[in-house]
Amino acid sequence: METVNIKINGRAYSVPKDSTVLEAARYAGVEIPTLCYLKDINEIGACRICLVEVVGARGLVTACVYPVNEGMEIYTNTPKVRESRRMNLELLLSAHNKQCLSCVRSTSCELQKLCHEYGVDETHFRGAMPESSVDESTAFLVRDNSKCILCRRCVAACRNLQEIGAIGTNDRGFDTHIAAAFEKNLADTSCVGCGQCIVACPTGALHEKDDTQRVLDALADPTKHVAICTAPSIRATIGECFDYAPGTDVEGKMVAALKRLGFNGVYDMNLTADLTIVEEATELLERFQNGGVLPMITSCSPGWIKFCEHYFPDMTENLSTCKSPQQMFGAMYKTYYAQKMGIDPKDIFFVSAIPCTAKKFEVTRPDQSAAGVPDVDVAITTRELGRLIKTAGIKFRELPDEKFDAPFDIGSSAGAIFGATGGVMEAALRMAAEVILGKKLEKLDFEDVRGIAGIKRATYKLGDKVVRVAVASGTSNAKKLLNAVRSGEEKVDFIEIMCCPGGCVNGGGQPTQPASVRNTINLREVRAAVLYNDDRNADLRRSHENPAVDIIYKEYLGKPGSHKAHEILHTSYVKRGL
Amino acid sequence: MKTLEELNAVREKIKNRVSIQRDTDSGTRIVVGMATCGIAAGATPVFEALKEEAAGIKDGSVEVTMTGCIGICQFEPVVEVTRPGEEKVTYVKMTAEKAKEVFEKHVIGGQPVVEYSLTDTNFYKKQTRVALRNCGFINPEDIDEYIGVDGYQALAKVITTMTPEDVIKCILDSGLRGRGGAGFPTGRKWDFAAKVKSDKKYVCCNADEGDPGAFMDRSVLEGDPHAVIEAMAIAGYAIGSDEGYIYVRAEYPIAIKRLQIAIDQAHEYGLLGKNIFGTNFSFDIQLRFGAGAFVCGEETALMTSIEGNRGEPRPRPPFPAVKGLFGKPTILNNVETYANVAQIINKGPEWFASMGTEKSKGTKVFALGGKINKTGLVEIPMGTTLREVIEDIGGGIPNGKKFKAAQTGGPSGGCIPASLIDTPMDYESLIAIGSMMGSGGLIVMDEDTCMVDIAKFFLTFTVDESCGKCTPCRVGTMRLLEILNKITSGNGEMEDLDRLEELCNYIKSASLCGLGQTAPNPVLSTLRYFRDEYEAHIRDKKCPAGVCKALLSYTIDPEKCKGCTLCARNCPASAITGTVKQPHVIDPEKCIKCGACMDNCKFGAISRK
Amino acid sequence: MKKKQTTIPFKGTQAQEEKLENLIAKNKDVPGALLPILQGAQEIYGYLPKEVIRIIALRMDKSISEVYGVASFYSQFNLSPKGEYAISICLGTACYVKGSGKIMEEFEKELGISSGETTPDGKFSLNDTRCIGACGLAPVCMINSDVYGRLVPADVKKILDKYR
Repeated sequence: METVNIKINGRAYSVPKDSTVLEAARYAGVEIPTLCYLKDINEIGACRICLVEVVGARGLVTACVYPVNEGMEIYTNTPKVRESRRMNLELLLSAHNKQCLSCVRSTSCELQKLCHEYGVDETHFRGAMPESSVDESTAFLVRDNSKCILCRRCVAACRNLQEIGAIGTNDRGFDTHIAAAFEKNLADTSCVGCGQCIVACPTGALHEKDDTQRVLDALADPTKHVAICTAPSIRATIGECFDYAPGTDVEGKMVAALKRLGFNGVYDMNLTADLTIVEEATELLERFQNGGVLPMITSCSPGWIKFCEHYFPDMTENLSTCKSPQQMFGAMYKTYYAQKMGIDPKDIFFVSAIPCTAKKFEVTRPDQSAAGVPDVDVAITTRELGRLIKTAGIKFRELPDEKFDAPFDIGSSAGAIFGATGGVMEAALRMAAEVILGKKLEKLDFEDVRGIAGIKRATYKLGDKVVRVAVASGTSNAKKLLNAVRSGEEKVDFIEIMCCPGGCVNGGGQPTQPASVRNTINLREVRAAVLYNDDRNADLRRSHENPAVDIIYKEYLGKPGSHKAHEILHTSYVKRGL
Repeated sequence: MKTLEELNAVREKIKNRVSIQRDTDSGTRIVVGMATCGIAAGATPVFEALKEEAAGIKDGSVEVTMTGCIGICQFEPVVEVTRPGEEKVTYVKMTAEKAKEVFEKHVIGGQPVVEYSLTDTNFYKKQTRVALRNCGFINPEDIDEYIGVDGYQALAKVITTMTPEDVIKCILDSGLRGRGGAGFPTGRKWDFAAKVKSDKKYVCCNADEGDPGAFMDRSVLEGDPHAVIEAMAIAGYAIGSDEGYIYVRAEYPIAIKRLQIAIDQAHEYGLLGKNIFGTNFSFDIQLRFGAGAFVCGEETALMTSIEGNRGEPRPRPPFPAVKGLFGKPTILNNVETYANVAQIINKGPEWFASMGTEKSKGTKVFALGGKINKTGLVEIPMGTTLREVIEDIGGGIPNGKKFKAAQTGGPSGGCIPASLIDTPMDYESLIAIGSMMGSGGLIVMDEDTCMVDIAKFFLTFTVDESCGKCTPCRVGTMRLLEILNKITSGNGEMEDLDRLEELCNYIKSASLCGLGQTAPNPVLSTLRYFRDEYEAHIRDKKCPAGVCKALLSYTIDPEKCKGCTLCARNCPASAITGTVKQPHVIDPEKCIKCGACMDNCKFGAISRK
Repeated sequence: MKKKQTTIPFKGTQAQEEKLENLIAKNKDVPGALLPILQGAQEIYGYLPKEVIRIIALRMDKSISEVYGVASFYSQFNLSPKGEYAISICLGTACYVKGSGKIMEEFEKELGISSGETTPDGKFSLNDTRCIGACGLAPVCMINSDVYGRLVPADVKKILDKYR
């Protein structure tokens, strides 16, 4: 690697030639503060907090985007630099809603952290505030412009990363603000609810619609049977809410915490991930045999579903009709389990803990009420779950490891890898291959569909059958792939699409991490590693061999793809357009 | 047109028509100044009347043509008559009737109508016309006239006899610096872009003249559009580009129309397009219209805008010479800069470098306006003092008022106080006193101008025009304006002055682009030279110039008041009481300080303090 | 600068839509075509109706928010219909020091609307504008493409009467 010699704060370093000042400073053990910068996503040099002194430069230099050059002398902590940062914070605060005490991002707010460090809590500049508007129109997120610092990380996530562009930058000057076109409510746009804007936001201007109170109310209601299931990726990420390093598996403590919260049942969504695979693989094989609409596309990701309905309404027939694992769980719980336990489905309050904001929308969709009541009552994100545990005073880190409740405690590791891009595909391939070949596979790892690449493709020869598959994560990649499919340029039989780049481990409901972490650690990779590690060490690696799934079919649904299975586990879509 | 010979043939044919000293055998030439300001003042009926009259002269010996801005806006509509072998006579403030009379008496009768003519020619005496050479002289809608005054000779010379390196060296040697703002050496800019290897490069022209009070570029575009086109082609040859963009304000419809005509005519003649003069060099120009955003005068914002986005600047590096328009190496110069190029090539860099000062070569065009007797467009050698411009060219301050300050550089510049009236107008001198050359707006202010109010005016402009991308400019300029409002409304505190300065310095050092970096200049320079006015607003709650409404009080002098009741009847706030023929009184509690009473008083009894 | 959203319902004609589609088809593949297309669309409709912005976004494969973001950035683009006679008062420096503020006040008084608004009968709309370059005639105003210079407040009523 080519390097250049530079000095940072008077000491000499050799750093890669193509580094920015921000990156170079890390070699000196210095983290220059940033607010707008997100590597590869938002490199616009707008917030001006990262300015540093460079000897010979005309003014202060924008560290986040300024490339280093040979002999450069950088100073990151001079009085001038500190004064500039202080002033910047004062100005931001002068246009900021400073209700920090109860802000959902208090303690995890990047602006607050800097203000704390620079001792800025009051501004000398009082004057006009930006017109404040709170958009609570959707089921999944809240946009509060009074806390927006116009770093545009959300716009970049929505437009550049996801290529949706539900929100953008409107007007100019002091009136510049983030909103949908024509100042519409988000609910009236093509927003799919992925929540990537939320995890990009440094402040409390964007957050999920908080449903924790509804959960607490249900828990306090003696007439309710309150159950919760946790999505595959939660175990890999909820630790971050309790200061564990990203990529720490805390399944046992998570279960223990939920039990202490007073849920009547704490279950593993891996189980319905398996159920989804069995139904979905059956549907795929059925479409193969009966000339159904191909390629078939997975339907576990509700953000992706809404995206398809808006942007590819002509392709909703390609979607698998299977409900998502979350909805399957609720549906089974309120039909099969309710019947089995003699509980009125109306008395069941079913909660799912998911890494996803779009699932808050999914629970409100029609055709998701197998027992005549909504399959799932409330979907809460990893972040909300963390808050529930914290406000209950539960000392998460000190908890023992505990196990999920029967009978929904068994999940295969094929279900676990649902949480990462390619996971559903791999789980489905494990089953489909064994069904088509009529024998057990020796090697269950489908490496081609793993990894964080945006689009992955593979072709498998299963006996005399050739199966072409593709995996896309992130809606921009989905758009690319589907445009190619639509034009006939790309021929595939089965596609997995996840709305969020990297899949659920990087979902919009996952714990927020500051830019300093997002810019240096690949969260998608380290979080996904937990799931693949589980898979490597698991005994049960095939969804179709999950004994609990077996029992469900035997006792209730009959066989995969049965009429009853369709009634309870399948759904329908609408064509929304733009 | 494939050869120099063809170009020269056109030149020879036209030469005499457009030359100043007319041969005895050529006819009479009448030009009517028809730039925006001329048309606004009523040049069209004058032009029509003259054409009608000329049509009556059957031998075709009288030619009436339109031209761009003749420069002396104060006296528009302007008509110039040149009879064979005689001196040119400039007629001012013309009407159709006057024009007919001039035609009768002067054009036909040979007797100039002295009472309509411009007798005081001081306005022109100290000027040196380089960039404006053809403005007010040739017909901008006729490429032949441009060719007749040596147009496209430079382009021909460049692409048939010079290497790109020669061209850049020539521009470097001339010392030409950007006329649009910071004054970066044009040759160096071209050199950077020439050295970057790329399959595609762009030559851009910044014609988004947005400074309030500046209209130099408009005049060039309206009066001499081919000069810009020729220069852009020369730049294209120098850096290895085959495509140019002119980003012109949509608010300049006449400039746009004439540019389009010029581009079309140049195409027709093969002076734009493929294989110009039969060489391998091809060059084409696209017009793009600004959509009303001052920030698009900033180079990266201009390019972002051409690319079809919000005109927000982007951080540099990468510099446009490396990664500019559509990610390709790009040079951007403004209209006036380009207007100098062909002449530098034709007359040589030494000629150009002989004008001006050591570091600021050539001439500079200023749009002279405000409280000055002769407003208009003036072109002076760099280094001419402000005094010469105001007193000699502009004819001083009207109504016997005292000169207080001049503002240069628009919202990015600063005020030059009367004490510095002998400052030479060049890049370095202006920067040294806290102003800047900018694009060339020169607004003169007299004792009735409040300097705090002027700072506020510019800040209002900046706040309105800030793109909103970066924090210092978006929030900072708003806070500056709010402090100024606080001061002018009588609520200022002395600490506010420190806060203003602190904030100004921050915005200057931390803003993303030139707009923000220079936005505090009007505040800083007025604070520097007119701090006492700020203090008067704060300490004494007085506006010495009598401008800031909240600090004014109107009183009626009982000695002078005749009790005519006119003031009371015109007071919108019913703040004036009194009976007929008795002195009236203003109730300061009710008074909204609109000044209607003072405007209506026939006896000068009302005073404002 | 905050753009006002219109509540006046969209009334586009078939002919206008055809023009719009032609405009887009002609420019779509030109690099950086969005601004020229928006400018052309505004020429067709007199302003940029929501429906038109949406069509432009869809045809150009851009998000509606991106196109709206551009339209709301530039002061030239109107998101609400202008009056039959669009009055712009120049508030450039030269005009300002020569009292264009008072001219604006007079227009506001005469028309009963403030800057940025349109009279209820749709006849006049009033706006301030940046320097129109006629500083020698300061203070100036423009009504559609007619320029009036060297104004004093008393001229305002006389000028308006010509259009009433």
